[in-house]
Amino acid sequence: MEQLLQILNRLHPDVDFTQVDDLYGEGVLDSLDMVRLVTEIDRVFDVRIPAEELIPENFQNAETIYALIERLDEE
Amino acid sequence: MLFTSFSFVLFAALTLLLYFTVPKRAQWCVLLCASLGFYLLCGMEYFIFILYTAAVTYLTAFLLQKRADAEDATVAANRDTWSKAERKSFRAVEKKKRFHILIVGLLLGFGMLAVLKYTAFVLEGVNSVLSLFGGEVGIPSLLLPLGISFYTFQSMGYLIDVYRKTARAEQNPAKLLLFVSFFPQLLQGPISRFGALHQQLIAAHPFDALCFRSGLLRVMWGYFKKMLLADTAMVAIKTLVEQSDTYRGVYVFALILLYSAQIYGDFTGGIDITVGLSEMMGIQLTENFNRPFSSKSTKEYWNRWHITMGSWFTDYVFYPLSVCRPMQLLSGHVCDKLGNGLGMRLPVYLATVATWFLTGLWHGAGWNFIVWGLLNCLVILVSRELEPLYRRFYAVFPRLANSRIWGAWQAIRTFLLMGLIRSLDCYRNVGLTFRLWGSMLTDWNVGELFSGGLTSFGLSVADWAVILCSAAVIFAVSHMGREQPLRHRIARMPVAWCACVCALLVAVLIFGAYGIGYDASQFIYTQF
Repeated sequence: MEQLLQILNRLHPDVDFTQVDDLYGEGVLDSLDMVRLVTEIDRVFDVRIPAEELIPENFQNAETIYALIERLDEE
Repeated sequence: MLFTSFSFVLFAALTLLLYFTVPKRAQWCVLLCASLGFYLLCGMEYFIFILYTAAVTYLTAFLLQKRADAEDATVAANRDTWSKAERKSFRAVEKKKRFHILIVGLLLGFGMLAVLKYTAFVLEGVNSVLSLFGGEVGIPSLLLPLGISFYTFQSMGYLIDVYRKTARAEQNPAKLLLFVSFFPQLLQGPISRFGALHQQLIAAHPFDALCFRSGLLRVMWGYFKKMLLADTAMVAIKTLVEQSDTYRGVYVFALILLYSAQIYGDFTGGIDITVGLSEMMGIQLTENFNRPFSSKSTKEYWNRWHITMGSWFTDYVFYPLSVCRPMQLLSGHVCDKLGNGLGMRLPVYLATVATWFLTGLWHGAGWNFIVWGLLNCLVILVSRELEPLYRRFYAVFPRLANSRIWGAWQAIRTFLLMGLIRSLDCYRNVGLTFRLWGSMLTDWNVGELFSGGLTSFGLSVADWAVILCSAAVIFAVSHMGREQPLRHRIARMPVAWCACVCALLVAVLIFGAYGIGYDASQFIYTQF
């Protein structure tokens, strides 16, 4: 989780990602951020996030993103 | 069969009557018969194409599902014996096999659309090269079935969903045919997702008075928009475009405003009829518009206008392209060589350009549509690059961010910019359109407009009154319904509902553009 928060903080240093509940709905993450995030997660966690997982529900907050990484790593 | 024709009103009424009188389990059969009947009435010659699309979609989805089920069964059987790496490797191999099946299905589905819609355009391009050497190839005249772009995209989206395992393939070919051909949305969308529509189509829907009233009100509202605003403006647009040598300068600005009004009335009106009719049957379709002309930026506009097409391209083109392995590798390479700034932007920007190129092409086989798509792309990417500047601007003027006047200015600016780019649709010639845009700066003929010019291109004073009054009513209703659609509130009050339906009917009958001598216009989006 710590590593994921570091990635997110690099994208938006001004946002406290432990406090935001709906990253996509509140407009914190846009399409560019999503793609950057996918690239960084691939690099750091060695987990590829396929296009079909790029849905708002998976990117609501740091916890849902981390759950996605864990699930994809497990599959 | 036009939505605005009496025969359609009769057809819809008969369908509704049958839908609510047959046993609930047979309701979907009524919908299927009505959908096939509707398409046959639109043109017998189109019928074979929709059957082809449905057949390709059914067979491809069937094969994809069969492989996916076999894959899951094998993984389940070997859960205790396989390591994580073995399981992942097996899934990767199986996914590749399913991908090959998907590609065949997409090629067959999109292939027919490409041949019918783009052959002439491609051959014209070939001829323009061959003419340099004195050669020429014949251009066949191919039939373009009504609504083909809509039902092809909806069907191919379903195939991708089955491949991604976000939808299970429908086993009953008749039920799948209903999903492909559901008549209210067949000709101009919305482009529905399988998960959002399919179950609703085959489910039983008892008569719900509230849904019925709300849906009928929306249908009437759609006719109001189409027949008062869009069709009244249509005559003027035709004249302004056909006589573009005469109507330059300020008349181009008039065209931009009139065409914005026409396409809004036409497309949102058509969708209102579609969604309203479905709602009367208890089927909720995905909304295609969300007050688009109140958008403060191009990006926001495209989140509010033709929403189902935008989300289709985002989910099935933009994201797969921007996160695919070759793009990620390219991004990593550029990051290493030229820095993170460019490397991280590259996948998004390349995917954005490709998406908008295809969006333009989806609208039509012509350079004007391609340029239209790429100009939208340019505005979005430039706005994105200017975001740090905007942030600095709002840091200096913090009160502007919440100012209603500033917000109104942003909405007007976006409306005019989108209208300007949209005028490429009207003139259908990129060079001519650019010259006419230039004429707005060089031909100062504003005075002409107020010395008889406004009524010189096919609109009488009464027509202007109809356009302006209907636009004002539409604006007011849209504004009042920004929290909750007004019709939901009205539908709960039977007397008010009755009065509204009657008022809309009277308005359409008295002020609408229709009748003998009137050249009933097809909805603009059915040609796409």
